[in-house]
Amino acid sequence: MVVNASQDDPEKARRFREAALPYLDDAYTLARYLLRDAADAEDAVQECYLRAYKHFDSYRGPAMKPWLFAILRNVCRAEYARRKTAPTVVEELPEGGDQTPMWNEAPETPEKQLLRRFDGDTVRKLVAALAEPFRETFVLREIQNLSYREIADVAAVPVGTVMSRLARARAMLRSAWLAEQEQVK
Amino acid sequence: MTCEEAEVLIHALIDGELDAGHAREVEAHVEGCAHCAALMKEYQEIRQAIAESDVRYKAPLELRRKIEKALPQPQPQAAPTRRSVLRGFAMGSAVSAMAATGLVAIVLRNDDEQRIENEVVSAHLRSLQAGHLIDVVSTDQHTVKPWFNGKLDVSPPVIDLTAQGFTLIGGRLDYVNAREIGAVVYKRRQHVINLFVAQTANTERKTAKISTLQGFNIRRWSDRGLNYWAVSDLGADELTEFGDKFESAMRANKEG
Repeated sequence: MVVNASQDDPEKARRFREAALPYLDDAYTLARYLLRDAADAEDAVQECYLRAYKHFDSYRGPAMKPWLFAILRNVCRAEYARRKTAPTVVEELPEGGDQTPMWNEAPETPEKQLLRRFDGDTVRKLVAALAEPFRETFVLREIQNLSYREIADVAAVPVGTVMSRLARARAMLRSAWLAEQEQVK
Repeated sequence: MTCEEAEVLIHALIDGELDAGHAREVEAHVEGCAHCAALMKEYQEIRQAIAESDVRYKAPLELRRKIEKALPQPQPQAAPTRRSVLRGFAMGSAVSAMAATGLVAIVLRNDDEQRIENEVVSAHLRSLQAGHLIDVVSTDQHTVKPWFNGKLDVSPPVIDLTAQGFTLIGGRLDYVNAREIGAVVYKRRQHVINLFVAQTANTERKTAKISTLQGFNIRRWSDRGLNYWAVSDLGADELTEFGDKFESAMRANKEG
Protein backbone atom coordinates (compact mmCIF):
# COMPACT_ATOMS: atom_id res chain seq x y z
CA MET A 1 0.00 0.00 0.00
CA VAL A 2 1.78 3.04 -1.22
CA VAL A 3 0.15 6.36 -1.84
CA ASN A 4 1.09 7.55 -5.29
CA ALA A 5 3.34 10.51 -5.87
CA SER A 6 0.73 12.99 -7.07
CA GLN A 7 -0.79 12.75 -3.60
CA ASP A 8 2.49 13.11 -1.88
CA ASP A 9 1.61 16.37 -0.21
CA PRO A 10 3.11 16.61 3.28
CA GLU A 11 0.72 19.36 4.37
CA LYS A 12 -2.33 17.35 3.34
CA ALA A 13 -0.84 14.30 5.04
CA ARG A 14 -0.32 16.29 8.23
CA ARG A 15 -3.91 17.54 8.28
CA PHE A 16 -5.18 14.04 7.54
CA ARG A 17 -3.12 12.55 10.35
CA GLU A 18 -4.46 15.05 12.84
CA ALA A 19 -8.03 14.60 11.71
CA ALA A 20 -8.23 10.87 11.16
CA LEU A 21 -5.65 9.02 13.24
CA PRO A 22 -7.35 9.78 16.58
CA TYR A 23 -10.20 7.53 15.39
CA LEU A 24 -8.01 4.55 14.67
CA ASP A 25 -9.19 2.57 17.71
CA ASP A 26 -12.81 3.41 16.90
CA ALA A 27 -12.38 2.28 13.32
CA TYR A 28 -10.65 -0.92 14.40
CA THR A 29 -13.41 -1.63 16.93
CA LEU A 30 -16.09 -1.20 14.29
CA ALA A 31 -14.22 -3.42 11.84
CA ARG A 32 -13.79 -6.11 14.49
CA TYR A 33 -17.54 -6.22 15.08
CA LEU A 34 -18.44 -6.05 11.40
CA LEU A 35 -15.98 -8.70 10.23
CA ARG A 36 -15.56 -10.74 13.43
CA ASP A 37 -11.96 -11.48 12.52
CA ALA A 38 -8.87 -9.67 13.78
CA ALA A 39 -6.73 -10.01 10.64
CA ASP A 40 -9.55 -9.03 8.28
CA ALA A 41 -10.34 -6.07 10.51
CA GLU A 42 -6.74 -4.87 10.29
CA ASP A 43 -6.76 -5.10 6.52
CA ALA A 44 -10.08 -3.31 6.29
CA VAL A 45 -8.98 -0.43 8.51
CA GLN A 46 -5.77 -0.03 6.58
CA GLU A 47 -7.69 0.08 3.30
CA CYS A 48 -10.19 2.49 4.84
CA TYR A 49 -7.45 4.94 5.83
CA LEU A 50 -5.90 4.81 2.40
CA ARG A 51 -9.21 5.45 0.69
CA ALA A 52 -10.01 8.19 3.16
CA TYR A 53 -6.69 9.86 2.43
CA LYS A 54 -7.33 9.70 -1.30
CA HIS A 55 -10.71 11.36 -0.85
CA PHE A 56 -9.62 13.73 1.87
CA ASP A 57 -9.67 16.67 -0.57
CA SER A 58 -13.40 16.25 -1.01
CA TYR A 59 -14.06 15.90 2.72
CA ARG A 60 -16.20 18.81 3.89
CA GLY A 61 -17.05 17.65 7.37
CA PRO A 62 -18.65 18.15 9.72
CA ALA A 63 -17.76 15.00 11.65
CA MET A 64 -14.72 12.91 10.76
CA LYS A 65 -15.80 9.77 12.60
CA PRO A 66 -19.00 9.02 10.62
CA TRP A 67 -17.21 9.93 7.41
CA LEU A 68 -14.48 7.39 8.13
CA PHE A 69 -17.05 4.82 9.19
CA ALA A 70 -18.98 5.16 5.94
CA ILE A 71 -15.78 4.36 4.04
CA LEU A 72 -14.91 1.52 6.40
CA ARG A 73 -18.36 0.03 6.05
CA ASN A 74 -17.98 -0.09 2.28
CA VAL A 75 -14.61 -1.78 2.63
CA CYS A 76 -16.13 -4.32 5.00
CA ARG A 77 -19.01 -5.01 2.63
CA ALA A 78 -16.54 -5.70 -0.14
CA GLU A 79 -14.87 -8.12 2.26
CA TYR A 80 -18.21 -9.90 2.90
CA ALA A 81 -18.64 -10.25 -0.83
CA ARG A 82 -15.16 -11.69 -1.14
CA ARG A 83 -15.72 -14.29 1.53
CA LYS A 84 -16.97 -17.56 0.21
CA THR A 85 -19.39 -18.07 3.03
CA ALA A 86 -21.13 -14.77 3.49
CA PRO A 87 -22.56 -14.13 6.95
CA THR A 88 -26.25 -14.81 7.17
CA VAL A 89 -28.18 -11.61 6.82
CA VAL A 90 -31.55 -11.58 8.51
CA GLU A 91 -34.15 -10.24 6.12
CA GLU A 92 -35.65 -7.03 7.22
CA LEU A 93 -39.34 -6.40 7.51
CA PRO A 94 -40.88 -4.38 4.77
CA GLU A 95 -41.67 -0.90 6.06
CA GLY A 96 -44.79 -1.15 8.21
CA GLY A 97 -45.25 -4.87 7.52
CA ASP A 98 -45.25 -6.09 11.07
CA GLN A 99 -45.42 -9.80 10.53
CA THR A 100 -42.19 -11.36 11.79
CA PRO A 101 -42.05 -12.58 15.35
CA MET A 102 -38.84 -11.05 16.73
CA TRP A 103 -39.91 -7.73 18.09
CA ASN A 104 -43.49 -7.48 16.92
CA GLU A 105 -44.38 -10.20 19.29
CA ALA A 106 -44.22 -8.41 22.58
CA PRO A 107 -41.00 -9.47 24.32
CA GLU A 108 -41.56 -11.83 27.20
CA THR A 109 -42.44 -10.15 30.44
CA PRO A 110 -39.36 -8.50 31.89
CA GLU A 111 -37.65 -10.30 34.71
CA LYS A 112 -38.15 -9.03 38.21
CA GLN A 113 -34.58 -9.75 39.16
CA LEU A 114 -31.74 -7.42 38.32
CA LEU A 115 -29.86 -8.00 35.14
CA ARG A 116 -26.62 -9.76 35.64
CA ARG A 117 -23.39 -7.99 34.76
CA PHE A 118 -21.01 -9.85 32.49
CA ASP A 119 -17.31 -9.38 31.87
CA GLY A 120 -16.14 -7.61 28.71
CA ASP A 121 -15.46 -10.82 26.80
CA THR A 122 -18.97 -12.11 27.36
CA VAL A 123 -20.52 -8.81 26.34
CA ARG A 124 -18.35 -8.69 23.21
CA LYS A 125 -19.46 -12.21 22.39
CA LEU A 126 -23.13 -11.36 22.80
CA VAL A 127 -22.84 -8.27 20.61
CA ALA A 128 -20.79 -10.10 17.99
CA ALA A 129 -23.46 -12.79 17.79
CA LEU A 130 -26.13 -10.33 16.62
CA ALA A 131 -27.13 -10.77 13.00
CA GLU A 132 -26.49 -8.07 10.41
CA PRO A 133 -27.64 -5.39 9.79
CA PHE A 134 -28.66 -5.16 13.44
CA ARG A 135 -25.16 -5.67 14.75
CA GLU A 136 -23.86 -2.76 12.71
CA THR A 137 -26.64 -0.43 13.88
CA PHE A 138 -26.17 -1.52 17.48
CA VAL A 139 -22.40 -1.04 17.49
CA LEU A 140 -22.64 2.38 15.85
CA ARG A 141 -25.13 3.45 18.52
CA GLU A 142 -23.97 1.79 21.73
CA ILE A 143 -20.24 1.48 21.25
CA GLN A 144 -19.49 4.36 18.90
CA ASN A 145 -22.12 6.76 20.26
CA LEU A 146 -23.29 7.97 16.88
CA SER A 147 -26.62 9.79 16.60
CA TYR A 148 -29.47 8.24 14.58
CA ARG A 149 -28.81 10.77 11.84
CA GLU A 150 -25.13 9.83 11.67
CA ILE A 151 -25.94 6.11 11.67
CA ALA A 152 -28.40 6.71 8.83
CA ASP A 153 -25.65 8.44 6.86
CA VAL A 154 -23.08 5.73 7.52
CA ALA A 155 -25.44 2.90 6.61
CA ALA A 156 -27.11 4.86 3.79
CA VAL A 157 -30.64 4.18 5.08
CA PRO A 158 -33.47 6.43 6.33
CA VAL A 159 -33.58 7.36 10.04
CA GLY A 160 -36.78 5.32 10.41
CA THR A 161 -34.87 2.21 9.40
CA VAL A 162 -32.19 3.00 11.97
CA MET A 163 -34.88 3.18 14.65
CA SER A 164 -36.49 -0.12 13.74
CA ARG A 165 -33.12 -1.88 13.38
CA LEU A 166 -31.98 -0.58 16.73
CA ALA A 167 -35.21 -1.66 18.43
CA ARG A 168 -34.80 -5.13 16.97
CA ALA A 169 -31.11 -5.26 17.80
CA ARG A 170 -31.78 -4.40 21.44
CA ALA A 171 -34.59 -6.94 21.65
CA MET A 172 -32.28 -9.61 20.23
CA LEU A 173 -29.49 -8.66 22.58
CA ARG A 174 -31.83 -8.68 25.55
CA SER A 175 -32.97 -12.23 24.71
CA ALA A 176 -29.38 -13.36 24.30
CA TRP A 177 -28.44 -11.64 27.56
CA LEU A 178 -31.23 -13.37 29.47
CA ALA A 179 -30.36 -16.71 27.89
CA GLU A 180 -26.70 -16.29 28.88
CA GLN A 181 -27.82 -15.36 32.39
CA GLU A 182 -29.93 -18.50 32.55
CA GLN A 183 -27.03 -20.62 31.38
CA VAL A 184 -24.46 -19.42 33.89
CA LYS A 185 -26.85 -19.53 36.81
CA MET B 1 -50.11 4.83 21.88
CA THR B 2 -50.00 1.04 21.62
CA CYS B 3 -47.33 -1.14 23.24
CA GLU B 4 -46.17 -2.12 19.79
CA GLU B 5 -45.37 1.50 18.92
CA ALA B 6 -43.93 2.19 22.33
CA GLU B 7 -41.59 -0.79 22.05
CA VAL B 8 -39.87 0.93 19.15
CA LEU B 9 -40.10 4.46 20.48
CA ILE B 10 -38.73 3.75 23.96
CA HIS B 11 -35.35 3.25 22.29
CA ALA B 12 -35.44 6.72 20.79
CA LEU B 13 -36.50 8.00 24.20
CA ILE B 14 -33.56 6.25 25.89
CA ASP B 15 -31.22 7.67 23.26
CA GLY B 16 -32.59 11.20 23.61
CA GLU B 17 -33.58 11.26 19.95
CA LEU B 18 -37.24 12.20 20.37
CA ASP B 19 -38.57 15.72 20.13
CA ALA B 20 -40.30 17.07 23.23
CA GLY B 21 -43.81 16.26 21.99
CA HIS B 22 -43.13 12.62 21.17
CA ALA B 23 -41.03 12.17 24.28
CA ARG B 24 -44.00 13.23 26.42
CA GLU B 25 -46.27 10.78 24.58
CA VAL B 26 -43.93 7.85 25.12
CA GLU B 27 -43.35 8.79 28.74
CA ALA B 28 -47.11 8.95 29.29
CA HIS B 29 -47.50 5.45 27.84
CA VAL B 30 -44.65 4.05 29.90
CA GLU B 31 -46.09 5.54 33.10
CA GLY B 32 -49.36 3.75 32.53
CA CYS B 33 -47.94 0.45 31.27
CA ALA B 34 -46.05 -1.85 33.62
CA HIS B 35 -44.87 -4.03 30.74
CA CYS B 36 -43.28 -1.22 28.76
CA ALA B 37 -41.91 0.42 31.91
CA ALA B 38 -40.14 -2.78 32.97
CA LEU B 39 -38.87 -3.35 29.44
CA MET B 40 -37.48 0.16 29.23
CA LYS B 41 -35.76 -0.29 32.57
CA GLU B 42 -34.13 -3.48 31.31
CA TYR B 43 -32.93 -1.86 28.13
CA GLN B 44 -31.45 0.96 30.16
CA GLU B 45 -29.69 -1.49 32.43
CA ILE B 46 -28.21 -3.40 29.49
CA ARG B 47 -27.13 -0.13 27.99
CA GLN B 48 -25.47 0.87 31.23
CA ALA B 49 -23.78 -2.52 31.57
CA ILE B 50 -22.37 -2.24 28.06
CA ALA B 51 -21.17 1.30 28.65
CA GLU B 52 -19.32 0.12 31.74
CA SER B 53 -17.74 -2.99 30.27
CA ASP B 54 -14.73 -3.28 28.09
CA VAL B 55 -16.28 -3.85 24.68
CA ARG B 56 -13.89 -1.81 22.62
CA TYR B 57 -10.81 -3.00 20.80
CA LYS B 58 -7.47 -1.30 20.58
CA ALA B 59 -5.87 -1.03 17.18
CA PRO B 60 -2.63 -3.05 17.08
CA LEU B 61 0.54 -0.96 16.98
CA GLU B 62 1.50 -2.77 13.84
CA LEU B 63 -1.61 -1.44 12.09
CA ARG B 64 -0.89 2.11 13.21
CA ARG B 65 2.65 1.75 11.92
CA LYS B 66 1.52 0.47 8.53
CA ILE B 67 -0.91 3.32 8.07
CA GLU B 68 1.67 5.89 9.15
CA LYS B 69 4.14 4.44 6.72
CA ALA B 70 1.73 4.56 3.80
CA LEU B 71 1.08 8.27 4.24
CA PRO B 72 3.46 10.86 2.81
CA GLN B 73 5.97 11.79 5.47
CA PRO B 74 6.40 15.26 6.94
CA GLN B 75 9.16 17.44 5.47
CA PRO B 76 12.59 16.26 6.54
CA GLN B 77 13.85 18.24 9.50
CA ALA B 78 17.22 19.91 9.65
CA ALA B 79 18.25 17.62 12.45
CA PRO B 80 17.60 13.93 12.07
CA THR B 81 14.53 12.98 14.06
CA ARG B 82 13.90 9.42 15.07
CA ARG B 83 11.18 9.23 12.44
CA SER B 84 13.34 10.43 9.61
CA VAL B 85 16.04 8.00 10.63
CA LEU B 86 13.54 5.16 10.66
CA ARG B 87 12.21 6.32 7.33
CA GLY B 88 15.69 6.28 5.98
CA PHE B 89 16.14 2.76 7.18
CA ALA B 90 12.92 1.85 5.50
CA MET B 91 14.50 3.02 2.27
CA GLY B 92 16.96 0.26 2.58
CA SER B 93 20.11 0.79 4.55
CA ALA B 94 22.05 2.69 7.09
CA VAL B 95 23.79 4.51 4.28
CA SER B 96 20.61 5.81 2.71
CA ALA B 97 19.26 6.69 6.14
CA MET B 98 22.15 8.99 6.75
CA ALA B 99 21.99 10.37 3.24
CA ALA B 100 18.29 11.10 3.78
CA THR B 101 19.01 13.06 6.90
CA GLY B 102 21.75 15.07 5.27
CA LEU B 103 24.64 13.24 6.85
CA VAL B 104 27.25 11.45 4.90
CA ALA B 105 28.36 8.03 5.95
CA ILE B 106 30.70 5.85 4.06
CA VAL B 107 30.91 2.58 5.91
CA LEU B 108 30.16 1.23 9.30
CA ARG B 109 33.25 1.57 11.37
CA ASN B 110 34.56 -1.24 13.49
CA ASP B 111 33.21 0.21 16.70
CA ASP B 112 29.78 0.29 15.07
CA GLU B 113 30.10 -3.38 14.31
CA GLN B 114 31.01 -3.96 17.92
CA ARG B 115 28.06 -1.91 19.10
CA ILE B 116 25.66 -3.79 16.83
CA GLU B 117 26.99 -7.11 18.09
CA ASN B 118 26.24 -5.88 21.59
CA GLU B 119 22.73 -5.00 20.55
CA VAL B 120 22.22 -8.31 18.85
CA VAL B 121 23.23 -10.13 22.02
CA SER B 122 20.87 -7.92 24.05
CA ALA B 123 18.07 -8.74 21.62
CA HIS B 124 18.90 -12.42 21.99
CA LEU B 125 18.73 -12.11 25.79
CA ARG B 126 15.41 -10.22 25.63
CA SER B 127 14.02 -12.92 23.40
CA LEU B 128 14.73 -15.57 26.01
CA GLN B 129 12.59 -13.80 28.57
CA ALA B 130 9.14 -15.27 29.06
CA GLY B 131 6.77 -14.93 26.15
CA HIS B 132 9.03 -12.89 23.95
CA LEU B 133 10.78 -15.45 21.81
CA ILE B 134 8.45 -15.72 18.85
CA ASP B 135 5.69 -13.61 17.33
CA VAL B 136 4.73 -16.26 14.82
CA VAL B 137 4.95 -19.83 15.99
CA SER B 138 5.49 -22.30 13.24
CA THR B 139 7.81 -25.04 12.14
CA ASP B 140 6.75 -24.43 8.56
CA GLN B 141 8.94 -22.08 6.55
CA HIS B 142 5.96 -21.34 4.28
CA THR B 143 4.14 -19.87 7.27
CA VAL B 144 7.02 -17.97 8.78
CA LYS B 145 8.25 -16.33 5.60
CA PRO B 146 4.95 -14.72 4.52
CA TRP B 147 4.42 -13.54 8.09
CA PHE B 148 7.33 -11.13 7.65
CA ASN B 149 5.86 -9.69 4.47
CA GLY B 150 4.65 -6.17 5.03
CA LYS B 151 6.29 -6.01 8.43
CA LEU B 152 9.76 -5.37 7.11
CA ASP B 153 11.11 -3.92 3.92
CA VAL B 154 13.26 -6.93 3.52
CA SER B 155 11.87 -10.41 3.79
CA PRO B 156 14.39 -12.56 5.66
CA PRO B 157 15.09 -15.93 4.10
CA VAL B 158 13.40 -18.64 6.12
CA ILE B 159 14.88 -22.05 5.61
CA ASP B 160 13.84 -25.30 7.15
CA LEU B 161 16.94 -26.97 8.57
CA THR B 162 15.15 -29.69 10.53
CA ALA B 163 16.78 -32.39 8.45
CA GLN B 164 20.16 -30.88 9.32
CA GLY B 165 19.37 -30.94 13.04
CA PHE B 166 18.20 -27.35 13.54
CA THR B 167 14.45 -27.03 14.08
CA LEU B 168 12.70 -23.91 12.83
CA ILE B 169 10.35 -22.75 15.58
CA GLY B 170 9.16 -19.36 14.39
CA GLY B 171 9.88 -15.72 13.67
CA ARG B 172 9.85 -12.40 15.48
CA LEU B 173 10.24 -8.71 14.87
CA ASP B 174 13.02 -7.19 16.90
CA TYR B 175 14.77 -3.88 17.20
CA VAL B 176 18.47 -3.53 16.59
CA ASN B 177 20.51 -0.47 15.68
CA ALA B 178 17.40 1.73 15.90
CA ARG B 179 15.57 -0.23 13.27
CA GLU B 180 13.16 -3.10 13.03
CA ILE B 181 14.84 -6.30 12.17
CA GLY B 182 13.66 -9.81 11.42
CA ALA B 183 14.65 -12.68 13.67
CA VAL B 184 14.19 -16.26 12.55
CA VAL B 185 14.28 -18.61 15.49
CA TYR B 186 15.71 -22.12 15.50
CA LYS B 187 16.35 -24.66 18.18
CA ARG B 188 18.90 -27.40 18.63
CA ARG B 189 18.08 -29.54 21.65
CA GLN B 190 17.27 -26.94 24.30
CA HIS B 191 19.42 -24.23 22.75
CA VAL B 192 17.81 -21.30 21.00
CA ILE B 193 19.41 -19.76 17.93
CA ASN B 194 18.28 -16.31 16.89
CA LEU B 195 19.14 -15.55 13.30
CA PHE B 196 18.91 -11.78 12.85
CA VAL B 197 18.65 -10.55 9.28
CA ALA B 198 19.01 -6.96 8.09
CA GLN B 199 19.38 -5.34 4.74
CA THR B 200 22.65 -3.68 3.80
CA ALA B 201 23.64 -1.45 0.93
CA ASN B 202 26.76 -3.47 0.48
CA THR B 203 26.10 -6.49 -1.73
CA GLU B 204 29.58 -7.85 -1.37
CA ARG B 205 29.76 -11.28 0.19
CA LYS B 206 31.55 -11.34 3.54
CA THR B 207 32.65 -14.63 4.92
CA ALA B 208 31.67 -15.69 8.36
CA LYS B 209 33.33 -14.44 11.51
CA ILE B 210 32.76 -16.02 14.88
CA SER B 211 32.98 -13.90 17.99
CA THR B 212 32.00 -14.31 21.61
CA LEU B 213 30.24 -11.76 23.73
CA GLN B 214 28.87 -12.16 27.27
CA GLY B 215 29.11 -15.91 26.91
CA PHE B 216 27.19 -16.07 23.65
CA ASN B 217 28.60 -17.02 20.31
CA ILE B 218 27.87 -14.85 17.31
CA ARG B 219 28.41 -15.93 13.75
CA ARG B 220 28.22 -12.98 11.44
CA TRP B 221 28.25 -13.01 7.64
CA SER B 222 26.88 -11.07 4.65
CA ASP B 223 25.51 -12.31 1.40
CA ARG B 224 23.59 -10.75 -1.46
CA GLY B 225 22.70 -7.53 0.32
CA LEU B 226 21.79 -9.08 3.66
CA ASN B 227 23.67 -9.05 6.95
CA TYR B 228 23.22 -12.07 9.18
CA TRP B 229 23.95 -12.54 12.85
CA ALA B 230 23.32 -15.97 14.35
CA VAL B 231 23.38 -15.78 18.15
CA SER B 232 23.22 -18.70 20.54
CA ASP B 233 24.64 -20.27 23.64
CA LEU B 234 25.56 -23.22 21.45
CA GLY B 235 29.25 -23.92 21.20
CA ALA B 236 31.18 -22.19 18.43
CA ASP B 237 31.51 -25.49 16.55
CA GLU B 238 27.78 -26.13 16.46
CA LEU B 239 26.97 -22.52 15.61
CA THR B 240 29.47 -22.73 12.75
CA GLU B 241 27.73 -25.90 11.61
CA PHE B 242 24.40 -24.05 11.70
CA GLY B 243 25.78 -21.17 9.62
CA ASP B 244 27.36 -23.52 7.10
CA LYS B 245 24.16 -25.52 6.72
CA PHE B 246 22.18 -22.32 6.31
CA GLU B 247 24.53 -20.90 3.70
CA SER B 248 24.68 -24.09 1.70
CA ALA B 249 20.87 -24.37 1.80
CA MET B 250 20.71 -20.77 0.51
CA ARG B 251 23.08 -21.63 -2.30
CA ALA B 252 21.03 -24.71 -3.14
CA ASN B 253 17.90 -22.54 -3.24
CA LYS B 254 19.58 -20.06 -5.53
CA GLU B 255 20.76 -22.75 -7.89
CA GLY B 256 17.54 -24.72 -7.71
